[in-house]
Amino acid sequence: MAEKEVKLMKGNEVIAHAAIRYGCDGYFGYPITPQSEVMETLMEEKPWETTGMVVLQAESEVSSINMVYGGASTGKRVMTSSSSPGVSLMSEGLSYLAGAELPCVVVNCQRGGPGLGTIQPSQGDYFQACKGGAHGDFHLIVLAPNSVQEMHDFVGLAFDLAFKYRNPAMILADGAIGQMMEKVVLAPQRPRKTDEEIAEECKDWASCGKGNRQDRHIITSLELKSEVMEQINLRLQAKYKAMEENEVRYEAIDCEDADYVIVAFGSSARICSATVEMARAEGIKVGLLRPITLYPFPTKAIADLAKRGVKGFLSAELNAGQMVQDVRLAVNGAAPVEHYGRQGGMMFSPDEVLAALKDKLINKK
Amino acid sequence: MAEVVEIKQENLVYAKPKLITDNVMHYCPGCSHGTIHKLVAEVIDEMGLADKTIAVSPVGCSVFAYNYIDVDWIQAAHGRACAVATAAKRLHPNSMVFTYQGDGDMSAIGTGETIHAAARGENIVAIYINNAIYGMTGGQMAPTTLLGMKTATTPYGRDPRLNGYPYKIAEMMAHLDGVTYITRQSVFNPAHVRQCKKAIRKAFENAMAGNGFSLVEVVSTCNSGWKLSPVAANKWLEENMLPFYQLGDIKDLTKK
Repeated sequence: MAEKEVKLMKGNEVIAHAAIRYGCDGYFGYPITPQSEVMETLMEEKPWETTGMVVLQAESEVSSINMVYGGASTGKRVMTSSSSPGVSLMSEGLSYLAGAELPCVVVNCQRGGPGLGTIQPSQGDYFQACKGGAHGDFHLIVLAPNSVQEMHDFVGLAFDLAFKYRNPAMILADGAIGQMMEKVVLAPQRPRKTDEEIAEECKDWASCGKGNRQDRHIITSLELKSEVMEQINLRLQAKYKAMEENEVRYEAIDCEDADYVIVAFGSSARICSATVEMARAEGIKVGLLRPITLYPFPTKAIADLAKRGVKGFLSAELNAGQMVQDVRLAVNGAAPVEHYGRQGGMMFSPDEVLAALKDKLINKK
Repeated sequence: MAEVVEIKQENLVYAKPKLITDNVMHYCPGCSHGTIHKLVAEVIDEMGLADKTIAVSPVGCSVFAYNYIDVDWIQAAHGRACAVATAAKRLHPNSMVFTYQGDGDMSAIGTGETIHAAARGENIVAIYINNAIYGMTGGQMAPTTLLGMKTATTPYGRDPRLNGYPYKIAEMMAHLDGVTYITRQSVFNPAHVRQCKKAIRKAFENAMAGNGFSLVEVVSTCNSGWKLSPVAANKWLEENMLPFYQLGDIKDLTKK
């Protein structure tokens, strides 16, 4: 077996390396703090000289997401990355990508908002990422990495899921995961698919030139006949149902005997894993449920914990309380569900979360 | 039942282009789109590019262009066609990639995407239909609406103090280094139809040669939006549009 390639890297740098190694065909982006290292690293690596990957700096996020739309329409593995205000500019494109059922990967390295907000980490875009975030009934596949290693691995996973379901996939990271440096095991170089392989893999839909095909392919999200458009919507919803049945991913830490469960994702989950240790040292049985897929959400896993008799859930998020709504829906009244959060780019510490857990749930009269 | 008229081979001077599908066009009678579609289809066929063309349709009347020309299509969000085409061409450098856009799509909501694709010198062609009005949405003001021209949103005529001035994106783009061919054509009479076809062919050849961005503006009619018969619309175009949107090559570095 070949020796593992281990590097010390920033989360954002790793996105670039993972893109190259997982055989990405094209990256289209626009600089924004705190994720600009993604494109900077790609430009430095010059993958067009090695794998043939295209890297292009667009004039705006509106343009970069539409370049992604154009590339994805031809069956290529394409991606972009941005941070919160930039992702807002991509909303239109994301709706079109979902409507036209195109696979692609979008990384959101979240910062505090609203508006121009701050450049510090935040999880304020949970609603935007998980509840559509643009016009029309649609979902993105949303993955929440909590380490530099997962930033790397989820690029591959996101492409696999995006192509499996012909749906845009988002890696919902934040400024902390993007900027921090950690050890990462890099994947071996996966060859890019050849045009012939893509033509075969996407033979039912991709607009890459007719070639030997009899019928032309049309990528569109437009259908003026309501009765046909309703069927398209029903087909999309059936796809989302299949994702909910097959693609839920989560990590449960010390949940088996837990009296209280913290639900947290991404960098928050990283912090809350220390809270669990602190609580256990004090003799309080606390567990951590970390959703890895935010959409589809691990509803059943949380419902099962509530059924088992967990006395209370704390949704710890770097926002004013967004995921907590999904936790409440999952718990469905079986136990109290509270939220604890910091905003505006501030992060909480493990002891702050423990204090909130005691205050809001354990010691609550 | 319609009477079937057999055309003798010796009398046949024109046939439906091979790449035009049998779908019934939704364009109004007299609209320039039908003619321009046919020219584009003929050029693609004559250049032998049907199997490796990726066409990008806009939002506007020609959103449904994909129903009429038998090549692969991508329907873009409003104004984003040149960004969509940029990626398609960069990822398929041997393909013929072109956009087909109206004046609202290209010169209003898509100005940024258009200018920057041109500035980068993307090896694509933009076919730009300028009829000075928003046809699909029911005849509102376009960026190219002439001063004094009445539309649904300039009911008393376009007044520069209220509505600003019309502008010529073709002339604006001429000084961009990435652009090597810009021409303004029309299809209001047979001579200009033939000239327009030559221009489209030149633009397509320019793109396939990798020489940079090409723009073919076609000053067109919208007889429904203009509320004129097809014949009157052609006359109005000649008398009112052409003095402002003058025909001819604006930049031609194709021989270089």
